[in-house]
Parts: sequence; structure tokens; C-alpha cells
Amino acid sequence: MNRIFLYSFTEMALYIHKLLENAITNTVLLQITELAIIGVTLLISLVILCFFLGWMERRVAAFMEIRLGPNRVGPQGTLQIVADTVKLLFKEGLTPNKSDKFLFNLAPFIVVTASMLAIAPLAFAKNFSIYDINIGVLYVSSVSSLSVLGILMAGWSSYNKYSLLGAMRSGAQIVSYELSVGLSLIAIVVLSGNVSLGEIINSQQNGWWIFKGHIPAIIAFVIFIIASTAEINRAPFDLAEADQELTGGYNTEYSGMKFAMFLLAEYINLFIVSAMAATLFLGGWMPFHIGDWESFNKIMDYIPSSIWFMGKTFIIIFIIMWFRWTFPRLRIDQLLNLEWKYLLPISMVNIIIVTLIAIMGWHF
Amino acid sequence: MFLKNYILTVYRSVKSLLTGMKITGYYFFHPKKIVTQEYPDNRATLQMFDRFKGEVTMPHNQNNEHRCTGCQACEIACPNGTIKIITKQEILPDGKKKKRLDTFVYHHDMCTLCNMCIIACPSDAIVMAQTFEHSVYDKKLLKKVLNAEGSKLMEGVE
Amino acid sequence: MRGLIEEDYTTQEGEFVINIGPQHPSTHGVLHLKVWLNGETIIKVQPHLGYIHRSIEKMSESLSYRNFIFATSRMDYLAAHINNEACALAVEKGLQIEAPPRARVVRTILAELTRLSSHQLWWASTGLDLGAVTPFFYAFREREAILDIMDETCGARLTQNFLVPGGLMADIHPNFQKRTKEVLKQIKENFKEYDELLTENVIFQNRTKNVGILNKQDALSFGVTGPTARASGLSCDIRKWAPYSAYSMVEFDEILDEGCDSYSRYMVRMKEMRQSVNIIEQLIDNIPEGDFQEKTKNVIKLPKGDFYQRVETPRGELGVYIVSDGASSPYRIKYRSPNFSNLSVLPELAKGCKIGDLVAIMSTIDLVIPDIDR
Repeated sequence: MNRIFLYSFTEMALYIHKLLENAITNTVLLQITELAIIGVTLLISLVILCFFLGWMERRVAAFMEIRLGPNRVGPQGTLQIVADTVKLLFKEGLTPNKSDKFLFNLAPFIVVTASMLAIAPLAFAKNFSIYDINIGVLYVSSVSSLSVLGILMAGWSSYNKYSLLGAMRSGAQIVSYELSVGLSLIAIVVLSGNVSLGEIINSQQNGWWIFKGHIPAIIAFVIFIIASTAEINRAPFDLAEADQELTGGYNTEYSGMKFAMFLLAEYINLFIVSAMAATLFLGGWMPFHIGDWESFNKIMDYIPSSIWFMGKTFIIIFIIMWFRWTFPRLRIDQLLNLEWKYLLPISMVNIIIVTLIAIMGWHF
Repeated sequence: MFLKNYILTVYRSVKSLLTGMKITGYYFFHPKKIVTQEYPDNRATLQMFDRFKGEVTMPHNQNNEHRCTGCQACEIACPNGTIKIITKQEILPDGKKKKRLDTFVYHHDMCTLCNMCIIACPSDAIVMAQTFEHSVYDKKLLKKVLNAEGSKLMEGVE
Repeated sequence: MRGLIEEDYTTQEGEFVINIGPQHPSTHGVLHLKVWLNGETIIKVQPHLGYIHRSIEKMSESLSYRNFIFATSRMDYLAAHINNEACALAVEKGLQIEAPPRARVVRTILAELTRLSSHQLWWASTGLDLGAVTPFFYAFREREAILDIMDETCGARLTQNFLVPGGLMADIHPNFQKRTKEVLKQIKENFKEYDELLTENVIFQNRTKNVGILNKQDALSFGVTGPTARASGLSCDIRKWAPYSAYSMVEFDEILDEGCDSYSRYMVRMKEMRQSVNIIEQLIDNIPEGDFQEKTKNVIKLPKGDFYQRVETPRGELGVYIVSDGASSPYRIKYRSPNFSNLSVLPELAKGCKIGDLVAIMSTIDLVIPDIDR
């Protein structure tokens, strides 16, 4: 029984590694094979994840809007999004006549690549991440801001004023909100004294930072959620798309699979920011422990670490979806006001308090 | 003072946002409140209101008799030329010639379902049916003849 | 008209033109707005009309006085019953008859139900235009219940055509009173939900407050009517100033607001919904017994002369002007549609706003495009 419970991704990875080691003797070839396997697995799992997120978004939206949502294709409509993808595959990928054709076709790939890169240092389970780089926090925050390049490219090359307006909005938005995201990340970096995601998770063994860091950590968490919702262009901050104003914004001119790639990137980004929030504030794959409650902690330990991670991530994803289906959209000047007049000053003051807490050792 | 206002603004804003989320959250966790009707599935139980204006029909009794005298009141009352009535001369048993209905043509594709023909009819020969699934692949199918083949005027209707 | 077709503005350095519509998600129909922009800021808006012109006025000249009423359902399709009522009242004025009390009360109840359902659709689309999709479905839930009342009594949900000159086409359905009371009870409960979800929302308030200022003078000189004008403090409720049907029998408040901005236009409509509920509640138990129709001749002929009747639709003042030469169909018909005048003020309101505001202003003016073109 114990073996099944403790069976983790780490053992599976080691097992595959050993198998391959016996089969392939050349170390370079072995490395390449393993990289290829990781890449393919990652791609497949990300696509499946996006299918799931797409389905989840539709169902969450539908239930909040007192309707049923997709429930015809597959059990509970789970395959609806597969059907939609197939439809998009068959559609013609139009390129507008006077557009910058090279940039127009490149943009969706840049957006998808940028969001896929950011997935590398995330720990999906205990000791299981693709590449636990020792500057994980910095890496994620810098790579994830690459996607604005793709969006600007898409808006500029489309030869459409709606697209251009959307792209420019997106540029202003992401540049401003990066600051708040960064500052709230720094709060945790200061508390844990580490920028490696693995180390940050390990530092939460005796309690998650959102509990250990008192109120400043909670404020940092809230700011992180708000600012990262803005960073990934989701409602109420979806000014770059703004259906009702710009008829789709930067992806107005895209169709077929190129359009689907923007959607794919949106969902991957949604997953990444939620996973980051779960990792930094809610202890990643760490089970929920309460001080001296030995037996309670034991039970919690029995739940596999991957389930802990996914559970936390999906709770945050749900909250971000909840935002989307409740609030009206902000106006562009209000969006910048919110960042520069509220989020940024608050997170700056917050950083000072957090630093004080960390230096004095007031956190648990 | 400035700081107090600032904090109050933040507090009020967050509170108003959370109030909104409370409502959507309530509906998310109460799926029984869903109002969607799954239309093609509920065909068996779907009951239209008895006055619903679906299409103009002419009821016939079991002897294949209708009540239309061919007076063309409905044709005159129709605002957009939906109804076309063709009459014929019929010789009654007592030798008198009488105008009788030959064909009642109803262009469903032009009908706005305004009910003017129904209230204009002096002998209650036509009524609105409650059907609503009218889509067909050929527009010609929407041109209907309302009086049944070989039908004749009901006794006692003038 | 002159304001609408003045010569084109020449674009300056750094400015550009975008065409919002005729196919655009937030123009609610086929309205075409040519917008001059400097970045996000609107310099000038020019509405282009005529995409859905069906010449209802000309068509009515060849229809009899009974028949032309049905076409007006297609003008302001959200207030079809009130349009029909205006025509029926105008013909009755010409015939110098009055509908029996029962018909007048039922007409008023149906008109207020129409107003409620129209305002609900407006609320739904306002939320949608500002980016909140969820209010749309909540409003449609109640609107559906109102349309069911219409369906049961009038036989149609949107283009009812339940009126004839002289009264109603048929008596009310036996379930009418019961169903209306049930629906009103539900609607009154849900007003709280509307407020919590959208009215009190800080994002919504920021989006609409101090946006699209329409001062009283402009409202008067552009001929703006309805809730849009009342939000600028201009008292113009026809139901108060020239009561028709059963409005003289009921007590209700004319909602006025001095805010002049999008938010007060929103609030006026929200309060009007409550007033409509109030009016229906006063009437629903007091429907007088008697005929539902005054007998008229088979072929109605109006005496020589001209007849004007105005009513209050959810969007403002609708006027029906009939010129008769004594024949069985009108010599000329002119509709004074509220949306046409209300649209003409849009370029003034939108000047200097952001693109997002243009959408907010359009939705709080509550335009119905087929009513503009007719």
C-alpha cells in the first residue's frame, strides 16, 4: 500500500532514465533522447492542460451565468474544446493583404514560446521539475514578460488600427504591471532568502509563506494575483482584446490555428501565474501542516505532492476566472491609475515591512 | 487625512468587488438555479401558450369540411399580401349559383403573424396554430394550401 | 441633420480615423460611427445612418388604418407594444373615440411591462458593453418571464401587435393577473442583485461617473427625450405631461437626476424600472370589467385633417403624426422617433473621451438602431 501512495513522478523519471541508460550507451545521444522525450511530454501535457482549462473556463462561466455551458460533446462537454480545435485546424489561416507577412506569422509562435519557456523551473511535484534553475524567480518573471513582444508584433503587423490600438494598450499595461508582480515576488524572496523555486518551496516546510509572513504576505499575495491577472491580459484587464471596444484587439486579424495559438498561450500563461502564486505563497507541492498535530500532518503527507500542487494551482485559476466573469472592464487610464497610484505604492510600503520582518526574524 | 481617504477608497473598492463576486459565486455553487432549457431535448414536454401565433391554419372536421366561405375578408385584412384566395362557382342543389372556396393559398414566408386575418374572418374559418418549427430547405415548401384536398364548406356556415 | 452631415474633418499629424460599425459588437445593430482619434482620445464622432432603412412611413401610406400599426413593431423592436399604442391612440384621436376603460388599463399594464423588459435588456447590454458578461444573463432571466406574459396574452414575444384602433385585439388571458404578480415579485427581489453586481461595483462607477456630460441646455436644443434627458434634469415624461391611456389613474414619480453623466442616465433607468413595477402594482388588481374593444366600422376612414399623438417609450418621446385626406389609408405618416434625436447628441458627448467611454456613452443613451432609420 505504502509504495502506491508514495509512488511519485521522481521515481517514474528515474525508472525511465535507467531504462534509457541501459539502452543507449552514448551519453550525448542519451541526453538528446531524454530532452526530446521531455519536450514531447511537455507539449502534449500542456495541450491537454489547455483543453481542460478551456473546458473549465466555459463551465465556470456558464454556471456563474446560470446556464449550462457545453455539455454535448463527450462526457459533460469535455471534448467540446477538442471539437473546436479541430474546427480551427480546418479553417483557413488568413493573412491580410498589406500586412507584414513575416512578423504576422511569427507573432503567435513568439507568444506561445515565451509562455512555454516559463514552465521550466516550476516544480510539479516533490523533486520534480524540468530544470530547477537557481534563479528561478528571476527567470520566470523575465521570460513571461517576453510575450508582450509577440503581442506588439501581432498588433503592428496586422495592418489594422484595432489591432494596433490593442497592442499598444497591451504594451503599456504589461510594462506597468510587471513592476507590481516583481515587487510582490521580491517580498517572498526577501522572506525566504532565496531565488530558487525549489529552495523557496523547501523553506515552507513548516508553514506556507502566506501564513508565516503575517499580513504583508497576504497583501503581497493579493497584489500578485491582481497584477498577474493584468499581465496575462485577462478580464477585467483584457483591454488588449476588449471585444466590445476593439473587436478582438491584437488578434482581430488572426484566424485558424494562428488564432488558436494565442488562446493556447493565454491558458498556459494563466496556468503559469497560478502555479507561481501557489509555489511562492501556498507552498507549491508542500502538504498542509499544522504545528504539532502529528497525526493530522501524517494524513496530509499521504496525499501525493502532485495533487497538492495541482489543487492549489486550480484554486487560484478558479479565482482568476471568477474575476473575469464578475467584473466590468477598466478603462486604459484607470488601468494605469490602479497600478501607479494604488498597487505600486502599496507594494513598495509592503516591501519595507516585509524586509523589516525578515531582518528582525518576526516571521515564524 | 489624505492617508485616511486613500485607505477608505481601497477598502470600499475591495468591498464592492467582493459583493459582486459573492453573487456570481452564489450562482456557481447553486447549479439548481440554472434556467437553461435544453430545447431539442424537451420537445416532448414543451408546451406553447395557447394564443401563440405560429402559423395560419384552417381546421377541418372529420367529414373533411371547413368553415371558409371564400369571402376574402382575410385577404383584404392582410397587410402584406400573404393570403391569396381563389374561388369557384358552385351550383347548389336548388339550382342557385354560389361562390365557394377553391384554394386558400397561404405564403408562410411572407407572413408576419400579425393576427389581422384571424380577427377579420367572419366565420372563424382560420386559426393560429401553435407550431413553431418552420424551417425547411426549400422556400417553396412555405407556400401552403390550407384547405384540404376535396374538402367542402360545412353545413350551416354562410 | 446639418450637424450630422457637416463636411469631413481633416486629420492632423498623429491622428487617425477608425470606423466603428456597421458590423461592430457594441453598436447594437447596423450603426456606423466614423471616429477621429488621437491615440485613445476621441476628437470627433460622425454617425452614418441608413443601413436598416425600410421606409415604414412610406409603406404605411398604402396600408389601411387597421393594418399600418403592425409595421411600427419593427421600429423600436424593444418597445413594440408602446409603438403600437401610439398608432392606435392617434387613429382613435382621429375617429374621436376612446378605448373602453378595461382596454386602457390593460394597455398601460402591457406598456409598463414592455418598459421593464426593455430596460432590462438595456441593463444587460450596458454590462456587456462595459465588459461584464454575467449581468446579461441575469437580466435575461427576468426578461424571459415578462416575455412569457406577453406570449400568453398577446401571442407573440417581441412584436406583439395586440392593439387595434378602439381597444385590444382580444381579452386578457385568464392567467394574466396571476402570472404578472408572480413575475413582479421575482423582479423586485432581483433588483438588489442588479445593484450589488453592477451599480455598486467600483469599476463600473469609475467607468460611468463624469463621462459623457450632457447639460440641460444641450439636451433641450438637441431634442433629447426620455431617460437620457431626465438624467440632465429636463422634465419631459409624456406620461406626466400629457397623460394617455390610464396614466392619469396612477400615482408615480417622474425620475429626475441632475448628474448629467452616464452614471445618472444609468440610475434614472434603474429607478424607472422600480416605478414601472409600482405602476403595474397599482393597476393589476383594478382592471375594470367591461368591453375590451370599442366597435369601429369595418373600413376605418379618418376625417380630413391631421392628428398627432405622442407617447413615452423606454427611450423617449415617440410622436405619430397622421395627415388624412379622408380616404381609408393615411395620406402621410410621420414618426418622431426618440432614438434619432438621442443619437444626434452622441458626437457632443463623446468629444474628448476615450474609446472605452464611447461604448459606455452609447449604451447609456440606449440606442435602438432600427428606430433611427425606420
